[in-house]
Amino acid sequence: MVSNNKIIQRDKLVFCAIGYTLVTLYGLLCVLPFVLVFITSFTSEASLMKNGYTFFIKEFSTEAYALAFRNPQRILWAYRNTVGATIIGTALAVLMATMTGYVLQRRDFPQRNGFSLFFFFTTLFNGGLVPTYILCTRYLGFKNNYIALVLPLMFSVWNMIIAKNFIKSVPYEITESAKVDGANDMVIFFRLILPLCKPLLATLGLFSALAYWNDWYNTLLYITREEKMSLQYFLQEMINSVQALKNLVAMGVSVDSVRVSLPQETMKMAMTVITTGPIILLYPFVQRYFVKGLTIGAVKG
Amino acid sequence: MQAKRFFRTSWNNRYLWLMLLPAAAYVIVFSYLPMSGIVIAFKNFNYVKGIFGSDWVGLSNFRFLFMSNKLWFLTRNTLLYNLAFITVGMFFEVGFAIIINELTSKKFKRLFQSFMFLPFFISWVVVAAIVQAVFSFEYGMLNGIISSLGGERINLYANASPWPYLLVAFRSWKTIGYGSVVYLATITGIDPELHEAAAIDGAGLVQRIRHITLPCLVPTMIIMFLLALGQVFRGDFGLFYQLIGNNALLLPKADILDLFIYRALASTSDLGMASAAGLYQSVLCFITIMTVNAIIKKIQPDYSLF
Repeated sequence: MVSNNKIIQRDKLVFCAIGYTLVTLYGLLCVLPFVLVFITSFTSEASLMKNGYTFFIKEFSTEAYALAFRNPQRILWAYRNTVGATIIGTALAVLMATMTGYVLQRRDFPQRNGFSLFFFFTTLFNGGLVPTYILCTRYLGFKNNYIALVLPLMFSVWNMIIAKNFIKSVPYEITESAKVDGANDMVIFFRLILPLCKPLLATLGLFSALAYWNDWYNTLLYITREEKMSLQYFLQEMINSVQALKNLVAMGVSVDSVRVSLPQETMKMAMTVITTGPIILLYPFVQRYFVKGLTIGAVKG
Repeated sequence: MQAKRFFRTSWNNRYLWLMLLPAAAYVIVFSYLPMSGIVIAFKNFNYVKGIFGSDWVGLSNFRFLFMSNKLWFLTRNTLLYNLAFITVGMFFEVGFAIIINELTSKKFKRLFQSFMFLPFFISWVVVAAIVQAVFSFEYGMLNGIISSLGGERINLYANASPWPYLLVAFRSWKTIGYGSVVYLATITGIDPELHEAAAIDGAGLVQRIRHITLPCLVPTMIIMFLLALGQVFRGDFGLFYQLIGNNALLLPKADILDLFIYRALASTSDLGMASAAGLYQSVLCFITIMTVNAIIKKIQPDYSLF
């Protein structure tokens, strides 16, 4: 028995040693790229050209940030658009998901199954990109319109299902007794049900906010005017224009003057920090809600 | 009579109807109306004439699409990439969930789990920026290390062959930390008495993982697998667009249906064919998910999706 216990102890020790090593390595693999971006954004362009991207900073410099903010108009526009779309969109998305979820779990709503199918079917089959694009541009006026940054992400059937399953766990008697007291369904939902769903609201809010903040796709499809672009699209455009410049150089076109005057590489990193910063800063505070979000409301139709 | 009852209960439920209205209208406009737009696939679409005004061309868009030989290649790529994403992702997600669960230091666990979570929070645009910082030919960190060790620099952006592995790696990097949480939650839900009883009977850690933890994870794994399988013909557009984009040197190894459709749309040269490709993709997805669900329903009804 003693020897057996020893074997078990040794097993555990070996397992833990391997486990800590693997998790440490992978964790570093996940976090170090961010450190690299951050460090290189504070390097001088000349030093980066000489040494390449490296963790070991040789020349500290804020020239990339200075340049980014010398002509800040586009950054400010992009920030305004993304912050606006995130706030408005998240509020509407949470409201729609919870409201719909609440109705669909009400036992006394006879059409609930029909509507559940009506919503769920859209996850099984859709018209595809082209009809959606044509509908939105030709008939709904999405082209260069702010609604293109808000509407496409406003409702997700998956979020609605999460909401429905979560609200199901709120005792039905609350609705029932309030009805007896003469409250209407809208009042019941906003006054009684929603206050009991704070974890749900936090989770859906964070999921939606993240989707809005990281959205570049809808700008790609619908926006061509600089003052209406989202932040991530702006970042992508900058990275690509740096790349395009490089390709020109590679093709032998002389753009040396441009090349010297623009801290391209460090600027790219500085822009990445500027556009991603808010998420990373908020990250430690919101992380646990995401973990919760995955465990509330199993995803099932 | 029946109509009368319908109206009476509906009037009683008028606020519920009102609350349902926005989402129902949304889904009609953004999901069901585009479904009617699939007629574009059978038309020679003309932007001025509109969806319903354009001329019918029968199946010629599809004939063109199927004759181009690209379709099989794109479908295969989309399918294989997604299968690789699903299996590699699941392997590491389950693996890390099991490992993290056994680690004893709470602080370490919390810190490193939040590290692993981080890539989930950024967009593919930022991933592309990071990838350039690490892999670019001129200044990339990797090439810096290689050349300082006296090796030959690698130009990844001109060499397609490693990209299938790289794409799987990047995608996994972004999703593993987040995905493992689902499994971790399942593991914490396992009755600790099972482990205690097994330990008393002399089962070691590895044995307990094999015979208790893993079997308990199987239902979750199946559900996650099925959910992913339903989307197996839908590529991760963000990943491919941001990392491959229009790089003609890489496309031979990394072109997928979604990229193809987007390119056709962006060039606006042939919306009819792009729409036909989209319809083809949607139908494939639909058939897959219905088939998978029907099979599961027969074998193990508890796991079926609907």
